[in-house]
Order: sequence, then C-alpha cells, then structure tokens
Amino acid sequence: MAEPPLSTLSGWGRHSAQGRELVGEDIEELSARAHLSRGLGRSYGDSSLPPDERQAVLNTTFADRILHFDEETGGFRAESGLALSQLNRLLMPRGYFTPVSPGTGFVTLGGMVAADVHGKNQHSAGNFGDHVTALKMRVGDGRLIECSPQQHPDLFYATIGGMGLTGHILEVEFGLRRIPSEWVWQASRRIHDIDEFQDALEEAATKWPYSMGWIDCLARGKNMGRGILMAGDWAEASQAPPTPPKPGFRPSLHFDWPAWALNGLTIRAFNELYYRKQFRRESSGIVSHASFTYPLDALRSWNRMYGRRGFTQYQCVLPREAGRSSARRVLEVLTARGGASFLCVIKDFGRESCGVLSFPRPGITLALDIAVRDDTQALVDALNEQVLREGGRIYLAKDSFTRREHFEAMEGSRLDEFRAVRDRWDPQRRFRSAQSVRLLGD
Amino acid sequence: MRVAFLGATKGMGRALARLMAERGDALCLLGRNADDLQRSAADLAVYGDGSAVPSVPCDLEKPESFTTALDAASEALGGLDTVVVTAGIFATQEELEADPELAERLLRVDFTNTVLFCEAAKNTLLAEVGGTLCVFSSVAGERGRKPVIIYGAAKAGLTRYLEGLDHKHSANGLRVVTVKPGFVKTSMTAGLQPPPFAGEPEGVARQVLRAIDRGTPVVYAPSPWRLIMAVIRALPRAIMRRVGF
Repeated sequence: MAEPPLSTLSGWGRHSAQGRELVGEDIEELSARAHLSRGLGRSYGDSSLPPDERQAVLNTTFADRILHFDEETGGFRAESGLALSQLNRLLMPRGYFTPVSPGTGFVTLGGMVAADVHGKNQHSAGNFGDHVTALKMRVGDGRLIECSPQQHPDLFYATIGGMGLTGHILEVEFGLRRIPSEWVWQASRRIHDIDEFQDALEEAATKWPYSMGWIDCLARGKNMGRGILMAGDWAEASQAPPTPPKPGFRPSLHFDWPAWALNGLTIRAFNELYYRKQFRRESSGIVSHASFTYPLDALRSWNRMYGRRGFTQYQCVLPREAGRSSARRVLEVLTARGGASFLCVIKDFGRESCGVLSFPRPGITLALDIAVRDDTQALVDALNEQVLREGGRIYLAKDSFTRREHFEAMEGSRLDEFRAVRDRWDPQRRFRSAQSVRLLGD
Repeated sequence: MRVAFLGATKGMGRALARLMAERGDALCLLGRNADDLQRSAADLAVYGDGSAVPSVPCDLEKPESFTTALDAASEALGGLDTVVVTAGIFATQEELEADPELAERLLRVDFTNTVLFCEAAKNTLLAEVGGTLCVFSSVAGERGRKPVIIYGAAKAGLTRYLEGLDHKHSANGLRVVTVKPGFVKTSMTAGLQPPPFAGEPEGVARQVLRAIDRGTPVVYAPSPWRLIMAVIRALPRAIMRRVGF
C-alpha cells in the first residue's frame, strides 16, 4: 500500500501539525499501521495530532456502522467512527439518547471514550465512560482485544479518558437511555456574581438532571462572574409540541475572521447583550433538545471566528475542598492579566469518573475560550499555578499549552497508575500523540 | 422496493443502502467478505425497521457466482425490483502502470466482470416484469485523461455497455440508471485535494435514489459535473495534451 500523503491535521482550536492520515472503512486492518486514532478532530488542542510526521494516524470517521441495537433495553454497539450527531438523528425519534453528551454532536464514539466526555448532566449521570460496557481495541503488540470491567479491566479503565494512548478504539458498546421526547424543559436565571453562581449550581443539581452556566468574563469587581444559569429536564410527551424539532438552517463560517475581530470591545458588547437578554430574573419554557444541548453546533466552523492563530480552551476543575470562592480566584487570574474570554462556561461536577485519567472530580469546572496571542502561554501558566494551589486539574481534551511539570503536579499518583498500564500494554510506546510527548514525555 | 445490492458495505454504496433502508426498502446485500456483509447488514437493520437484512456471497472476481447470487437474493426478498452495483476497484494511473497484474485485474473487474454481472441482473429482472438496474460508472469514462487512462477506459466501456442495454431493453421494462460520480469525498479519494464541487456520499445517494425512482438514464453526481464534463469533452486534443487533468 502506498504511504498516505502528508497533510495538515488540526484540532478544533486550529492548533495543527503535518501528518499522514490513514483513511478507510476497514479500521481493523488499517489500525495495524497507525500510531494514534483520531475522529472528527473536535479535541481543541494537540491530543489528536501525531508527535511527528513519520507516525501515521488513523482516521476513524469512515468506520461508522451500528453493529447492535436492542430496541427493548437500549443496548448499543457501533464502530468507533460513528458520529454522535448521526446516532441522535437516527435514534432520538425512536426515544433513545446517549446517557451523556458533550456540548457538540460532532464527535465520534471513539473520541467520547478517549476524552471520557461529560455533559450538563455530569452531576447526575457521571461521565460517558461510566456507561460504557465494552470496547474492542487494537493494542501495542498488534492483538485485537475485547475489554470491559470484567475483561482486562486495567486496559479498559485506562482507555476511558486515556486520550487514545492505550491503543486504537475500534468498537464501543454502551447503554442508551430512554427519553420521553426530543424537547427540553429549560429554566434560566440571572446570576449576579461568581459566588452566587457556585451556590446556584449546587442548588440546581438537587432539582435538575441538566445544568450549566454562562459567565460574562469581562465583568469585574462586584459583578465578577455574573451570568446566566441554565437548567433543564426532558419534556414529557404531554408537555412537548406534537412534532419533533426541525433541524433548521445551519450556516457555516466560510472564511477566517481577522484576528482583531474578537477584541475586548466586541466581546464586551456581546456579553452585555447576552446578559441583558435574560431580562427577567427567572424564566422557563420548552426548547428543542438541540438548542439546549448543542447551541454552538448551529454555527458550523465557528472556530474560524478566532482567525488563523486559532484559540485554546482552558478547562479546569476545582475540588469542593477548595471552598466557595475558588472559581473567583481563578477568574481573578484571568482578569488581572487582561485575558478576554469570549465564551466562559461554569458547571458543577458531582463525582469522579471510572477512568484512570478522567477529568472530573466533585467540585466546580470552568471552561474559558481564549484566542491565541503572544502571551497565551504565560496566561495558561498563571492559570495552571492557581489551579494547582486549589488542588485542581485540567481537561486534556482542551489543552495545548500546559507544561509537563504542571500536569505532573496536578495528576500525582493517577499518572503513575496510567503509566503502569501503558508500560504493561504498550512498553514500546507505539501509541503517542503530540500531547503525550508534551505532557508525559513520551 | 426490493433491492439486490452489490457494494453496500463501503462509500457511496453504504450511503445509498442506508437511505433505502431508512425509507423502508427491502435489501439483500451481495459481496465477497461474509463478516463485512454481516456488519453492514446489522447497520442497515437499525437504519431500517429492525428486521434482518439478508446477505449472499458474490465475488466480482468470480463470474460463475453471479446468477446463483442473484437467484438467492431474489428468493430472500420474494422477487427483485432493483439491482444496484457500486462495487469495483480503484487504483491510480501510476499504480496501474507500475503493476500490469493490477491493471489486468482492474480492467477485468471494473469492465468485463461488471458487464457479466449486469447481464445476469438483466436476465433476472427481465424474467419477471422488468425493473431497474442502477450501476456506478464514473466521469473518468467521459474523456481520455492523463490521471485516469486505464481506469477511465474501463469505465468508458461500462458506460457504453449500459447505454446499449438501455437502448435495447427500455421498451421491455428494464430501466438502466448509469451513475457518473465526479469527485466525491469517500475513503477512495482520501488524501486527494478535493476540487470545487466535490460531493458528499450522502448527497450523491439522495440524487441516485431520486434517479432510481424516476428512471433517469444518466446521473452526474454532484450535478455540476454534467457541465464540467461537457466542457472537458469539448476541449480540443491540443489542449488535452497540455493540461494535467
């Protein structure tokens, strides 16, 4: 077989690398020649990029067949390149939905396992990995392995949230959950500052299965952390409109915005408008599931807003023990450096996931979209130092700037456990990514 | 609609088969790899109403398997209304020039054996009340072009065969649909720089299904390729000798 041509591969934040991509329906065969899998390229940083151009990566997106679906129990198995958007299109009308969904439908099942994604229901349903029952993998020595909580549990739990570093994920098996309709009963509420936000999220968690908040990152002083809390639950068929939501028009950005387009002023204007949109203190109503779960999917290629240099998302979790004002202290680091984040999301986590390196732990998570500038490295360093002081950690699926020493200090013994599994299953370090070389050294 | 489908496991065939399954057509999959067929059958069952999708062994390299396979498909579905052929092999001009055995195999599979399969399908369909034979040829067969000399020759032959079949049998109830895909983003074209008007398999599938329903004899997919190929066919030899496409 001819070697695939060199092409530019990039993450969602437009961080890119030259690489060779193996593409095809038969990923079982192709995986034998690749050093990393990638799906739709929705991880923001360098997790899906090869460390150097000689190491071919496997593109899984053509392997998207559903292998099993039990209409009675919701038991489901598919090839790892299946996109969540496709799964939703097909099975939501039949009353089934993934137990955990990230904020975009444009992810593959393999990516959802590798990043062990979480969603607005993390506090009630945990992570995606908590619902996975089995994986088929190609591991370092070339064998095809079926793993599950019973079979090769060490490999299974290291693969959940393992960023593809334990082997190629070829098939994913998990349980879908029943939903009463494709509509969501949404309640939103204006929040005046960051401390109120932490309390409000904790309170919402006791009442609502889905919740998250949007923060105006430019508001300072007593307004710091003001924003809108959004909570939701599936609408019962009797409450919902009789017809399913229409997909609607989905425009796409066809060109890169100039770098100056998103500046302090435009972001401030947007934030003010968005905050004022919630003019009543509280409101509620029925919205389509897509507009509740995937608001950003309405604008395809929205990452082009950040221009050619792209952006990074900084997402950290601050443990409950860090106390009520932990989020305020992290936001202060951002505002003190004049960092303007266009989109800032806050969410409470209820529990840890089953994955060895999975991101969540009980506490509060902040996700900040930051345009890449000359000082981004310094900003991420400062944020990481604050997160370390709070005893928190970062989300690998978003990261492209963290330094190895910071990552190792955040992860501690979890990293030793992960390395031990990697030593067992891939001592030659066949599976590597640009991110693993940056953060783990190999 | 009852459809015997050769090539439903990959690319545009996969997209078309899913579309058919989703709207309730009954499918029988033909192919050489039993495991691969089984996986696609499971997939299509979920796209459809959940009922099992039968599959039958059939290898484009073994013409003796054709009639048996079509008979088996007809039996599994209680008759056939449509036969779809998307299977075939592709190789670049460089690969084919470097490997005469590969060139021979490609010419045999994409032309000779595909024609033989269509002959068998024609006989099966005409033995009943007629039906639709939908075959994927290519825009590569429209003009002798540097990057697709051998592959294009096989597709040109196939296109002409299908044209003749239509002329002879349309009055007998055989509807022949010749699909000529332009550049479509499948695993076959991965790694190539997509030109303007490159299509997605799902879009092509929708277009082809409409053509099958209406009995449109020739489909360029995506449709701008009809115009593009008209221009390329009209270019004088002096220009074709100079350009790279």
